[in-house]
Amino acid sequence: MAEYVWPAAGDRLHIGKHISRLDGPVKATGRAKYAYDVNRRGMLWAIMVQCPHAHARITAIDTSAAEAMDGVVRVHVIQDVGTEIQWAHDEIVAVAATSEEVARDGAAAVKIEYEVLSHFVNERAVDEAPDAQPAQAETTGDPAAAMASAPTKSSGSYHVAQIAHCSLESHGQVAEWQDEETVTLWASTQAISGVASQLGEQIGIPASNVHVETQYMGGGFGSKFSVDRWGVVCAQIARDTGRPVKLMLDRDQEVSVAGARPSTHAEVSTAADADGNVVAWDSKSWGSGGPAGANSPPLPYVFSFENQTQMHTSVPTNTGPARAWRAPRHPQACLVTMRALEDLSHAAGMDPLDFFLKNIEKTGERASTYVEELEKGAELMGWRDRWRPRGSATGTVRSGLGLALHTWGGRGHRSNCEVLAYRDGLVEARIGSQDLGTGTRTIIALVLAETFGVGLEQVKVTMGRSVLPASGASGGSTTVGGVSGATRRAALNAVDAVFERIAPRLGTEMANLELKNGQLHFKDGSTAAMPWRQAATLIGVNPVSATGANPGPGQLNDSGVGGIQMADVSVDMETGVVSINRLVAVQDCGLILDMKLAESQVYGSLIMGVTYALTEERVFDPHTGQMLNPDMEFYKLAGIEDVGEMIVHMMTGPGYDERGVIGLGEPPVIAPGAAIANAATNATGVPINEMPMTPERVLAAINGGMA
Amino acid sequence: MAQTRYPKTPREEQPEASVDSAETEARGPFSRRQFLRGSAAAGAASAGLLSGILDDAAAQGEPGVAGPGAVDMAFKINGKAHVATLEPRVTLLDALRNHLDLTGAKKVCDRGTCGACTVLMNGDPVYACSVLAIEAQGAEVTTVEGLGSPANMHPIQQAFVDHDAQQCGFCTPGFVVASAALLNRHPNPDQDTVHRELGGNLCRCGTYAGIRAAVAQAAGGGTTNG
Repeated sequence: MAEYVWPAAGDRLHIGKHISRLDGPVKATGRAKYAYDVNRRGMLWAIMVQCPHAHARITAIDTSAAEAMDGVVRVHVIQDVGTEIQWAHDEIVAVAATSEEVARDGAAAVKIEYEVLSHFVNERAVDEAPDAQPAQAETTGDPAAAMASAPTKSSGSYHVAQIAHCSLESHGQVAEWQDEETVTLWASTQAISGVASQLGEQIGIPASNVHVETQYMGGGFGSKFSVDRWGVVCAQIARDTGRPVKLMLDRDQEVSVAGARPSTHAEVSTAADADGNVVAWDSKSWGSGGPAGANSPPLPYVFSFENQTQMHTSVPTNTGPARAWRAPRHPQACLVTMRALEDLSHAAGMDPLDFFLKNIEKTGERASTYVEELEKGAELMGWRDRWRPRGSATGTVRSGLGLALHTWGGRGHRSNCEVLAYRDGLVEARIGSQDLGTGTRTIIALVLAETFGVGLEQVKVTMGRSVLPASGASGGSTTVGGVSGATRRAALNAVDAVFERIAPRLGTEMANLELKNGQLHFKDGSTAAMPWRQAATLIGVNPVSATGANPGPGQLNDSGVGGIQMADVSVDMETGVVSINRLVAVQDCGLILDMKLAESQVYGSLIMGVTYALTEERVFDPHTGQMLNPDMEFYKLAGIEDVGEMIVHMMTGPGYDERGVIGLGEPPVIAPGAAIANAATNATGVPINEMPMTPERVLAAINGGMA
Repeated sequence: MAQTRYPKTPREEQPEASVDSAETEARGPFSRRQFLRGSAAAGAASAGLLSGILDDAAAQGEPGVAGPGAVDMAFKINGKAHVATLEPRVTLLDALRNHLDLTGAKKVCDRGTCGACTVLMNGDPVYACSVLAIEAQGAEVTTVEGLGSPANMHPIQQAFVDHDAQQCGFCTPGFVVASAALLNRHPNPDQDTVHRELGGNLCRCGTYAGIRAAVAQAAGGGTTNG
């Protein structure tokens, strides 16, 4: 019986090494086929007509002109007369035609009339919200009394704007029916298994008859878990016409309806005792991510104080609905908390590094990790030599330092894996997971190769198909723990199954066999080791098959990480432009399987963090309710020159490895904004409390509210 | 009036090539600002933009308008001849992706902002979403597929793999092509040059550190992310 553990540090063949992603060559040469790239014979293009109003009722739809057009094959009404539309860009009609151009002509020819209703899109003005939904305050201790008697106090308003996922591959899919009961969906999704079930249910066929295929997908960040209405519509049009249909969102739809991260606004008061111990926290927050408003961010973040109270108000708006955005609610909570605590450290006359260390026990069980990480980060940033009190910098361009802490769970999700060992020596993992670009395919391969003690060229990963053994959606940093746990167990079981089959043919016992460094070893030394490929011939024509699941026996993954980030920024006091000089990220995530991919996740997170910290924002016109920047000219992503120097340090080795694998997709994307805002505050000498920190807002802060 | 075939780099300070010019000089990559400048010029010279079509139509003795129906077009892409019957309004990007099944170049913003559709025309990087297919006739078009294959990668493609300069990979073809063009123009670029020349491409996953290192490797220099 296999022992379900990870190999010890000295015995690792692949784990922890810098291994290049296996699908790198097909991506870098343009061969990787994404959903958007699937072209089928006889395929139709579908384009959706969008509602131009933020809140309206459909009063008439006239599709006759579109239907009369040459090349238009099907006009599909998605939402009919009488429907109340709750946000602009919502999809009303889809037009399918023989070419993309004709589909656009057809969509433009559809005439829809609306009764325009009143809308609300500016949740920052919570007092004007027609339907604000305050929740009960959550209180521990006696914050008011603690606040009243404390010698050091601070208060401030902190604001995080709504942002979009803006995946580069927009949402969408190609649908093709094989027969009346079976459909294939090439979808850009984070959840092949879930999408198959959802689509089957909504179009009335068994989920097992829906084949979802996702080999590569162009970004999701939490926005691509659902089959979505456009997925159902695409499959319906394909069924109605008997032809394959491609329906991908245009960029304006992608940015306005296919994913938003809720805003958070907060009024915070804090207090500390004479030694710099935080004794009280009081926050009143509100925010919105569309018609459902927004749940409370976890405030205060990372820290818990003896006396604290927080009250959150959810504010529904007529804007495209929120979807999970990398580490839901955490980046907003991080900005609010870390800015407020940095303000309190300033009030206490302390270096924030000392102040955070002073209060580190209030972070709970990760406290010692944070201490190690803060010390490492300080060394990499040169914090002790370079930090100066807020406002010390002079001149036109002023630099400053800031830091922030974050946390996340990241336990592996439910996952199944089947491993097959063939007599030609190939070992295959079959798993119904998907690779979003995080490197899931590579992780599965290296765990399989590690377990069989063979090179990566000896293994194959078959994934990205919903007909394979079910695996969870890729979200919440749950994938790496889930697929590695399932693959490790399946592979260990497969090794046992191989030994069981070949031991009699070798005239020995299972327990006498061992696979290591591409060789089959006989533990008793009775027979010389033989190459794996030679041993594999004894498997015979029927491959050996074994399965494994996560969760399962043995602790192969865990939950809960802490990380710290530091920023060094410069602010131009005349233009308000914030530029990044250097970012430092120190991150733990248990046992690291592929150091190159892990570092990539952290670099990528820092860059995404710079973007939401400085430039990206869904801007709504309060008068028309329209999003003013549903594009990529004015919905701005940082470019290569905007992100500064980045230093990534992974906490690994003894004390970390033993915990097993923990997810990394969310944690490092949480803190960059807060660290950058603290650095900008340190540089300018005035609180920079709003994300994104656009030049206009920074200038306004510098000029005491006047931009 | 200057006739703009597609936008050019202001830095080059070269006279704008006429539509008739078969050979073009080396030009810089295609940034947002250059696109806007170029598209404004194209708008002012729409007759120029269409003159290739007019020439074709004139040769056939027809009035000087091509379309709106589909017309026969011939392309040279990655060294191979391709023909297609397309409406004159079809962009080079849509021609590649929808009609020739060359899907390496990606459609992301479809309006000259993000660079995911970058291809080479006569060696110069252009946004394929902002070039009409009919205008790409007669040019040597190179897509990411034409730079190399998985078994025989271009050095910049190998460098992207080595430095993990890609995650989801949807921006990657554009970055690879833009980087190849950058290295053709500047074999040993400094950091400012890399940043400027790749400033017309955007990534969402955050692969810029890897891209900096990849360009440094392909240029034969050291590796740095700063």
